[in-house]
Amino acid sequence: MQNNKTLPSKFIFPGHNACAGCGQLVAVQAVMRGLNSDTIISNATGCLEVTSTSYPQSAWGLPWIHSLFENASAVASGISAALKQKKKKTKVVVQGGDGGTYDIGIGLISGMWEREENILYICYDTEAYSNTGIQASGATPYDASTTTTPAGLKSTGSQQVKKDMLAIALAHGLKYAAQSTAGYPDDITNKIKKALAVDGPSYLQILSPCIPGWKMRTDGAVLMGKLAVTTGLYPLLEYTNGQLTSSSITDSFRPQTVNEYLKLQGRFKHLKAKDIKEIQKLANQNIEKYKL
Amino acid sequence: MKKNKKRIELVVKPGTSLKNKTGPWRTEKPLTDLEICIGCSLCAKVCPDSAITMKQNLKKSKLEPHTDYNYCKGCGLCAQVCPVKAIKMKKDY
Amino acid sequence: MISKNKKQILEGSNAIALTIKNIAPAVVSAFPITPQTHIVEDLAKMKADGLASFEYIRAESEFAAASIVLGASATGVRVYSATSSQGLLLMTEVVFNIAGMRLPVVMTVANRSVSAPINIWNDHGDAMAVRDAGWIKFFASNHQESVNQHILAYKIAEKLQLPVMINVDGFILTHSYEPVIIPDDKTIKKYLPVYQPPTGTYLDPKNPVTLGAFFGPNNYLETRQMLHEDLMSSLEIIKEEYKLLNKTLANQGANHQRQKLSRIDNGLIEYYGPQKPKTILIAMGSVIGTILETIKNFKDVGLLKIKVYRPFPAEEIVKIIKPAQNIAVLEKAISLGQSGPLYADLAATVMASKIKKNLNLKNYIVGLGGRDITQKMIKEIIKDAPQKNNYLKFIGKI
Repeated sequence: MQNNKTLPSKFIFPGHNACAGCGQLVAVQAVMRGLNSDTIISNATGCLEVTSTSYPQSAWGLPWIHSLFENASAVASGISAALKQKKKKTKVVVQGGDGGTYDIGIGLISGMWEREENILYICYDTEAYSNTGIQASGATPYDASTTTTPAGLKSTGSQQVKKDMLAIALAHGLKYAAQSTAGYPDDITNKIKKALAVDGPSYLQILSPCIPGWKMRTDGAVLMGKLAVTTGLYPLLEYTNGQLTSSSITDSFRPQTVNEYLKLQGRFKHLKAKDIKEIQKLANQNIEKYKL
Repeated sequence: MKKNKKRIELVVKPGTSLKNKTGPWRTEKPLTDLEICIGCSLCAKVCPDSAITMKQNLKKSKLEPHTDYNYCKGCGLCAQVCPVKAIKMKKDY
Repeated sequence: MISKNKKQILEGSNAIALTIKNIAPAVVSAFPITPQTHIVEDLAKMKADGLASFEYIRAESEFAAASIVLGASATGVRVYSATSSQGLLLMTEVVFNIAGMRLPVVMTVANRSVSAPINIWNDHGDAMAVRDAGWIKFFASNHQESVNQHILAYKIAEKLQLPVMINVDGFILTHSYEPVIIPDDKTIKKYLPVYQPPTGTYLDPKNPVTLGAFFGPNNYLETRQMLHEDLMSSLEIIKEEYKLLNKTLANQGANHQRQKLSRIDNGLIEYYGPQKPKTILIAMGSVIGTILETIKNFKDVGLLKIKVYRPFPAEEIVKIIKPAQNIAVLEKAISLGQSGPLYADLAATVMASKIKKNLNLKNYIVGLGGRDITQKMIKEIIKDAPQKNNYLKFIGKI
């Protein structure tokens, strides 16, 4: 049970090299508050891994392993099998960025989900390959400027729509699949606890604002995480046994215009009024789709 | 490898990152006015660097945040989220 | 019905699977690829019939299969997997990762040629593609050797924290039938202790540690040096363990009494033939059998069989080849654009050794893509060996 007197969590130590104000680390803090010490973490290559385990230092207070970029899920399957043989009930948790989840690691995640192992997969979604200098990923939203989808005289940024990883999780029959943002730490912690209680694989995706990637203020991660929700672009969602059981888009939801969110991020500063209209359409589609 | 040659330990122990004091990163320092503070703990929850610890103040029977300036990178998140604006960012160079 | 420590006629893959069953790893990961598939199929059937209690994880690719045993080994348990050719190449990233993380993973590679062009038959192209990864590499030349090398592999791996690959020629060894003894689990236990890695070296909530940290220019070089030096010092340990294994098997009546043909056999290499040969043929794997038959007709030709390819048993090889004039390296692989890799290793070894005279070292590329190697071809090589020309030849005409 989370005891505010013992904040912060003992599972992640200070002294890591994440950017000042890193949205992913805000999310990680919330996640750690939802775990207990009988946990093993399998981490993909990415910002989190690189900044937290700069040899000979480690910021992790839980057993933690990093192998490669795309195989954190398969490594977790191996850990789970070993624990079964040892007759241990230790929880196995995978952490990966959107790069390792949406793109290079998607096949191995699918295999892990097909095997129905009791593993929680957490995707920290910075909407780009942050660690290698902000290149586009399958999670990069429409019209976002990244180094491989740069805005320019002949381009308004990425021309691809964000991949629906939540739908892919649900297509695998996951009993628990949810989405949150760094704007709502308690929501993250609660969803972690719910996911861990599920017998079988579970998936939690957390929008993690990236300071250098989104070109925003160092104190902006929580605000950005909130605006993503209040504009309808990245709602708080929870699917239990395939049904939408919780959503930030209820009957009383009054969305803010997407511009409130876009204007605070350098990766969208090239957008003209007509581009913003397109993104507003995407937000409106979400609001329709995810209404509870 | 010669028997007396030092081996590289590939496995790293927990908490060894504490040696890396990230305080010198900051250009702004958060200062918390404990009189205004209501002890909601939001600052401690959002701090990406685990730099704020909530401690029980028995006299005032409320929780109080303590910032560890050895690790605070001065991002300003604590000040931004504080619902009563008890935290102010001051220039730190 | 499998008799305990009695000779039986078994398919090569089946012999390996039965050996693994008796070694009893905790986690087996499986993904099929010809010609290894029978191994993982046999293991599945054993599990399904209640003859084995390992976790059998069906992976969705070889990348996953290798990652699964990596994760399980990092959690402190004994593991097993098998692959070939394209599968080995797909899991190359993980193969390097396993060695760098010093995990005692044991894997069978049923050697098969590498695409393109796609070809399912045997050569050593796949083994050579991961030659430099830091794994100990055995090459078996018959079923009994393959069985024994698997047992030896686990002992070495767990003793030295080094992964071991056992190479068996695809189809030639995996799909053929030979008389073989599968040491029973009691016998194996007399040689191979229960696997328990030291506290604080694997994933355990009771002793949390970080595995796979991010290195840099200040420390990566020394880890590579450490791995290299550990591999080199494993040569002596493999020799000792080979002796100990043979002794244990003999004591338990599990020693397959093949006709003792070799003059020298120390686990790293075997030498057959005259004490003072003029020509020595060097090879690895199942082709040894054919060469052995051929050289019976030549009184000044010897055969050096390399059983452990990495670490390279340079010292042992130099001792054997010193008295000869002509060295013919036969191999089922080529480093395209240069020579066969085994030839290159030999050349480097000879250069670095104290051998003063000019050995006539020649390279014969044979058997690629499953091309049959005949006694006629071997005779052709023996005849060509003393010629001082064409230091690389492809021998393929049947």
